Amino acid sequence: MATTEGGEVKIIDPIHQFVINNIIDLGPLSFTNSALWAVIAVVCAALLFILAPANLIPTRLQSIAESLYEVVDNMTHEVLHENARTYFPFVLTLFLFILFANVLGLIPYSFTVTSHIIVTLALALVVFIGATIIGFIRNGFGYLRLFVPSGVPALLLPIVVLIEIVSYFIRPLSLSIRLFANMMAGHMMLKVMAGFVVMLGVAGGWLPLIAMVGLTGLELLVAVLQAYVFALLTCMYLSDAMHVDH
Amino acid sequence: MATTTTETTGAEGGHAAKPGMPQLDTTTWVPQLFWLAVAFIALYMVVSRIVIPKTGGVIAKRKASVEGDLAAALALKADSDRAVEAYEQSRAAARAKANGIAQENRNALGSEIDGERAKLDAALSAKAAEADKRISAAKSKALAGIKGVAADIARDIAIELTSAKITRKAAADAVAKIK
Repeated sequence: MATTEGGEVKIIDPIHQFVINNIIDLGPLSFTNSALWAVIAVVCAALLFILAPANLIPTRLQSIAESLYEVVDNMTHEVLHENARTYFPFVLTLFLFILFANVLGLIPYSFTVTSHIIVTLALALVVFIGATIIGFIRNGFGYLRLFVPSGVPALLLPIVVLIEIVSYFIRPLSLSIRLFANMMAGHMMLKVMAGFVVMLGVAGGWLPLIAMVGLTGLELLVAVLQAYVFALLTCMYLSDAMHVDH
Repeated sequence: MATTTTETTGAEGGHAAKPGMPQLDTTTWVPQLFWLAVAFIALYMVVSRIVIPKTGGVIAKRKASVEGDLAAALALKADSDRAVEAYEQSRAAARAKANGIAQENRNALGSEIDGERAKLDAALSAKAAEADKRISAAKSKALAGIKGVAADIARDIAIELTSAKITRKAAADAVAKIK
C-alpha cells in the first residue's frame, strides 16, 4: 500500500504524523511543529481562562473553565490535604498543558506534542526529581523509610525493600510511557483507519468511517483521561514526599 | 514500513531524515525540550498570575455569597420563629385575660340577679299573703251570706208547701239547726 510516491503514501503511513519539522531553523533551538503546537496549547488554555467572564452566575465558557479548575482543585485537596495550595499551580499547569496538547492533537493535520517520549519523559522527570527533592527536604534521610513498609517479616524485608526501590525508580518511566504510548497508539490507529477510508473509497469506505467516528470519541476520552491520570499520579507522588508513613 | 518512511519523509528535510520512529530521532530532542520548557513556564505564569486569582476568586466569591445567603436565610427564619412564638404567647395571654373578664362579669351579674330576685320574691310573697287574707275574708263573708239565702229559700219553700206563717228568724234558726 506504500508503493507510490508522494501525497498518497503520506496519508497511509501512520508514523509520518509524528515527524518533527523545522518551521524556523535556529539550530538546536529550532522552532518546530512540536513547538508550534505546544505554543498553541498554551495560548488556547490561557485564552479559555482569560475570555471566560468572572460572573457569580457562570456563562457556558466560564463553566468549562471552572470545571477544569475544580477538577484539579478537588484532586489536590483530596490527595495533598493541607499542602494542596502549595502545589496546586504546578498541578493545574501540568493538567492544562497535557489536556490541551492531547485534545488539540486530535485535530486532523495537527501535531500531538505529548506523542513524543522525550516530552512526556521530561514532564515525568520534573515530577519525579521534584518530588524526591521535596521528600528529602521535608523528611531528611527519613524519606528512605518510604522503601521500608511497616509490618513486614524480617525475612522478607530485603526483597520487599528491593521491590519498593525498583518500583520507585520506575515511576518516571511508567508515568511518561503511559501518556506517550496512549497518544501514539491512538493516533496511529486513527491514521490507519482513515487510510482504509481513502483506500476503500465510496464503495466500502463508509464502514471504517463509522469506526473512525467511534474511535475519535474514544480518543477524546483517552486524551482527557490521560491528562487527569498524569495530574493525579503527580499528586500521589507529591503526597508520598509529604507523608512517608502512609 | 520503515523504508516507506525513509522514502517519503526524506524529501521533507529537517530532523526527519532518519528511519524508524520519529520519537527516537535524538536530534529533535533538544529543540523539543527547549520549547516545552518555554511553553510550560509561560503557562505556569498564566496559571499563577491570571487563572488562580480570577477563576479561584470567582469560585471563592460564589461560595462566600451562597454561604452568606444561607446564613441570612437562617437568621430570618430564626426571627420569624421568634415572632411566631411571641404571637402565640400574646394570644394565650389575651385569651386568659378575656376569660377572666368574662368570669368577673358573670359573677357580678349573677349576684345582682340574685339580689333582685330576693327582693322581688319578698314583695310577691307579701302581696300573696295580703291576697290570701282578702280571699279568706271574702270567703267567710260569702259563707255568712249563703246561710241567709238558704234560710230565705227554706222559708219560701215551707210557705209554699204549708202556707204557715214563718218568720225570718224562725227559718234562720231552723236552717242553723240542720248543720
